[in-house]
Amino acid sequence: MDEKKYATLEKKISPKPQIARNMFTAFVTGGTICLIGQGISLFYTTFFDFTERTSSNPTVATMIFIAMLLTGFGQYKKIAQFGGAGAAVPITGFSNAVVSAAIEHKSEGYVLGVGGNMFKLAGSVILFGVFSAFLVALVKTILVKFGVVSW
Amino acid sequence: MKKGLLTFASRPSIAATGVTAGPLEQQSPFAPLFDKVYDDERSGLLTNEKGHAKLVEDACMIALSKVDSKPGDVDFLLLGDLVNQMTPSNFTAANLEIPYLGLFAACATSVSSLIMAALLTEAGMSQCTLAGASSQHNSIERQFRYPVEYGSQKPDTAQWTVTAAGVAAVTPNKAGNPAITKATIGRVVDLGMTEPLNMGAAMAPAAADTLQRHLDGHGTKITDYDVIMTGDLAKTGFELYKTLVEKAGMDTTTNFRDAGVEFYGNDSNFQAGASGAGCSSTVYFTDIYSKMMEGEYKRVLLIATGALLSPLSYQQKETIPCIAHAIELTMK
Amino acid sequence: MVSMFVTAFIVGGLICVIGQLLFDVAKLTPAHTLCTLVVAGSILDGLGLYEPLIDFAGAGATVPITSFGNSLTHGAMAEAEKHGFIGVLTGMFEVTSSGISAAILFGFIAAIIFKSKGKV
Repeated sequence: MDEKKYATLEKKISPKPQIARNMFTAFVTGGTICLIGQGISLFYTTFFDFTERTSSNPTVATMIFIAMLLTGFGQYKKIAQFGGAGAAVPITGFSNAVVSAAIEHKSEGYVLGVGGNMFKLAGSVILFGVFSAFLVALVKTILVKFGVVSW
Repeated sequence: MKKGLLTFASRPSIAATGVTAGPLEQQSPFAPLFDKVYDDERSGLLTNEKGHAKLVEDACMIALSKVDSKPGDVDFLLLGDLVNQMTPSNFTAANLEIPYLGLFAACATSVSSLIMAALLTEAGMSQCTLAGASSQHNSIERQFRYPVEYGSQKPDTAQWTVTAAGVAAVTPNKAGNPAITKATIGRVVDLGMTEPLNMGAAMAPAAADTLQRHLDGHGTKITDYDVIMTGDLAKTGFELYKTLVEKAGMDTTTNFRDAGVEFYGNDSNFQAGASGAGCSSTVYFTDIYSKMMEGEYKRVLLIATGALLSPLSYQQKETIPCIAHAIELTMK
Repeated sequence: MVSMFVTAFIVGGLICVIGQLLFDVAKLTPAHTLCTLVVAGSILDGLGLYEPLIDFAGAGATVPITSFGNSLTHGAMAEAEKHGFIGVLTGMFEVTSSGISAAILFGFIAAIIFKSKGKV
């Protein structure tokens, strides 16, 4: 059997991802996480001296903390198996990537293991975030200098 | 092309087996037959890799205790696992001080090590050889996929690496024990599959190829066997393998089994089923071995499959080369 | 106030659905998906579209990882406005510093107190 024929057979027999179901659980999971975020944000604007806008900083930090606990107690991977991208896309998924790598590599010590591997999953997100932000901001600055757009 | 075929005229025997498994494996339907089950994934030790080595060493010692032997009586130790450079097997060999050959055929090591043991015995150079394969979920997961606590959604085709070790003591023919009579060394088959979360699909063609070569080469047919059991194709791979075999004009409905499909029962928490070098070795050395000892199976064909990929080859977008080795056991 | 919760749920959920489609349909790995979303957030901010989304959806826009790209770009552009080109570099982490430092800190603390479990 050649590769093409086998690829066709494989596609036919392998179970397909249940896209509709996955989209629904991702929507519910992601929506719920953002809803909790909104609640935390409300908490910071009500009880502390934060505005609607500045409250996103402590909110994000709090969400990262909660995700750390869920990861450490072995619960986040269950949420992720159910929610898929609904658990991966919010900032809690970023936290899970950092925390799970940190816990995993504890056995190689704090410097080589935890320090060296903490960002092995999340690092690429930081890299591409920074690089794209650099390009976008640079382009915008140039456009403003030439008077094409304004801030 | 009749190459890679082996016939063992002296009929080396599997004199005893030793099987150990982790806590999650207690829910396996084969668990009552396991010799030792740990309550802790790391066997109570500090790291996953130490726990892995403990699993292997205990399986070796249990197998030896059943033939009233100690490590000093053993001629060869043939072990393999999936950790980089097979350190768990290496540490076991260091503790047991038995002359050692590390063997790597990924999850097909259960059979490749048995074949090597039978060859050494057939050549008259071994009175007792320990052969086995093992895997430990956490240490394999972190190496091939993600950190254990990382939340990634596994598709239905994904397989769960078992925490288990299976070791067999191979001796010259011993009446009343299963004898190794024939074997076929597999060829590496690569049909261009690239998805490591659908390893069964990558391995199925290798299993079908080795089955065909074994039957043609040794002049046997499917109905000669009480059971033909593959290693860890799991649900998706097993379906594909059966389809391939049926396309070749054979009937797969009566005596085909797969250790990966059966290992965790029908629990969908494990997606397509089990995988890992410890999957085939433990099922072969518990269920198959005991059913042969009891006389339920007279002649079986065991085909263990292995996906010979590494995280590096996957990230470099290479395909997944796969292998399957077959060994035939008979019981007089 | 209540309407903000509703929009947060819906917008946040929809961004995750886009992520899920990148998983299942585009067959991207989680890392590729998240990088794509971060870059998308950054570009949306460059076009001036992400801030209105935050005004509309609150945490529904600030909690998904797209917001990370947005914050990086926003910080860089805010500094660039004040100091010119050099601001692109210096302003980058102005807004996101809390997220990054929280992740580093809590990651390390988790490594000290937790061990991976590995059960279903």
